[in-house]
Amino acid sequence: MAILHSAPRYAPFDGVKDALVAALGDQVIEAKEQHGEIVLLVARDSVETVLRTLRDEHEYQQLMEIAGADYPQRLDRFEVVYCLLSLTRNHRLIVKVRTDEATPVPTVTTLWPVAGWLEREVYDMYGVLFEGNPDLRRILTDYGFQGHPFRKDFPLTGYVELRYSEEDQRVVYEPVRLAQDLRQFDFMSPWEGADYVLPGDEKAAQAAPPPPVATPKDTPTPAQTGAGAAANKEATKPAGDKA
Amino acid sequence: MSFSLEQSPTTGDEVITNYTINFGPQHPAAHGVLRMVMELDGEIIERIDPHVGLLHRGTEKLIEHKTYLQALPYFDRLDYCSPLAMEHSYVLAVEKLLNVEVPLRAQYLRVLFAELTRICNHMLNIGSHVMDVGAMTPNLWLFEIREDCLTFFERASGARMHSAWFRPGGVHQDVPLKLLTDIADWLDTRLPQLFDDAMSLVVDNRIFKQRNVDIAVVSKDDAVRWGFSGPMIRGSGIPWDIRKAQPYDVYDRMEFDIPVGTRGDCYDRMMVRVEEVRQSARIMKQCLAQMPEGPVMTADRKVAPPKRGEMKSSMESLIHHFKLYTEGFHVPAGEVYVATESPKGEFGVYLVSDGTNKPYRCKIRPTAFSHLQAMDFMSKGHMLPDATAILGAIDVVFGECDR
Repeated sequence: MAILHSAPRYAPFDGVKDALVAALGDQVIEAKEQHGEIVLLVARDSVETVLRTLRDEHEYQQLMEIAGADYPQRLDRFEVVYCLLSLTRNHRLIVKVRTDEATPVPTVTTLWPVAGWLEREVYDMYGVLFEGNPDLRRILTDYGFQGHPFRKDFPLTGYVELRYSEEDQRVVYEPVRLAQDLRQFDFMSPWEGADYVLPGDEKAAQAAPPPPVATPKDTPTPAQTGAGAAANKEATKPAGDKA
Repeated sequence: MSFSLEQSPTTGDEVITNYTINFGPQHPAAHGVLRMVMELDGEIIERIDPHVGLLHRGTEKLIEHKTYLQALPYFDRLDYCSPLAMEHSYVLAVEKLLNVEVPLRAQYLRVLFAELTRICNHMLNIGSHVMDVGAMTPNLWLFEIREDCLTFFERASGARMHSAWFRPGGVHQDVPLKLLTDIADWLDTRLPQLFDDAMSLVVDNRIFKQRNVDIAVVSKDDAVRWGFSGPMIRGSGIPWDIRKAQPYDVYDRMEFDIPVGTRGDCYDRMMVRVEEVRQSARIMKQCLAQMPEGPVMTADRKVAPPKRGEMKSSMESLIHHFKLYTEGFHVPAGEVYVATESPKGEFGVYLVSDGTNKPYRCKIRPTAFSHLQAMDFMSKGHMLPDATAILGAIDVVFGECDR
């Protein structure tokens, strides 16, 4: 597909993916090149070895980002995404591992000190554990916060809200009370398989379906319509004469 | 006559412990809400533990509940000192997934205003950095330039700061010709006058140098290991600039130099920014000279809305408009990581689409996060007042760091 967009242009990827897959062997579960990005899915336990190989032998010197992502329908619901940058080859690479709530991912703070906070953030937001991270505290949420807010099953409104209480002369936490319902403007097209009740159309779902008809009424000939000369004659009679 | 030394009231068998102080979260030199727990040995910093997240608003989660177009204004509110640079990464990420072509004029306009944003951002950073180490006047003078920049933003988009002007597929509206000529005049007259005036007070100033030279020296290796980018990595002497290495929009047509530092200290980082302002002005002049006429938004009606006039006469345009502003456009499934050179460094967006009208996941890679993490390693062994200089040279804004 021709590249039309004007997003950052790296050095061409020719053969990079195959070379990396050949070098990393069966540590790579899946490799794909899509939308101009090389994405490697690697085995969870070997992520540190893979990233070390990539850093030391394939010139991916910088770890720019560790992103978490939640796919609740999967068995290993979390993805941890490492975005690498090669300053010398002018490439970017995405390396992913999958995990669940309980299984820790090996830390990469041994390779890059910058990974410390990045792993803390993924832990804070998703609850992914990193084995070997020496300082796995929460980082962005409040002191004493409970839960992992970026999980897909964590509500957008959260569970607690805080305010300054005049009586207690301090900040207090209370369960979230919404003055009006949180409105989700889900505007997927109803013609493309939206499976929810349209706002304002609630009665459509509650209304009983029309009763089934044993013999469908149809009118192939004029006589069956109930119209015609006989009906006309009947209609012109004075009101008192009607049968 | 003999005299004896006064005995210390402490007899020497107790240990003098380090003491721990809070820097912030309401400290004028913290550039926002940053709490740093500092362990001090006298005035020497032994350890710093920055506590971030006091401005965490859950932007990434909110974006998951909005359509692609509705998510755009959140980016203005990340780094509120350089809003258009934040939008730039996001629109490029969406365009990369859509593979949509942006008209040339829109690309020039984006580069023009991204560079204006860079000037605007550096005015605030240089000014406040200088003020943190004790000088008042340059900050006030630089704010005049910043005010000019904000006026230009207002004339282009209607908003001084939260422009929401870059859109997937182009820019929202074309700019009037008078704005372009005014920017050209400003680049030739006011900007160099005001900027050189203000910088003449700072760059060779003895006090300023005493507070910055040889403070927080970062070697090339450390800069790479700690994930530095932007002026921080260039200050350490690595000529890495995404605009040059991985050009986006029309940066490959621009001629500009990458300033680098020689020592990797706070003074170098600051001087890199000073030179970047001049290079940005150079890029803007080239944009103005080369900018072609033409549309500023892609003609792909599945992404960009039709003109108001078309909607008055064409049913199809009306339908497109309605669909785009209710349901929004659908983005093909996939994932991309797009990073641009924001004034503070590499600002990246990791965008996962599941093929619907909303992002499945939008991870924002802030610049300040990794820089602030290195605060501990950079400040160790320095004096307490150096912490403000180091922080100023990082150029940290919490809207972006905490998201």
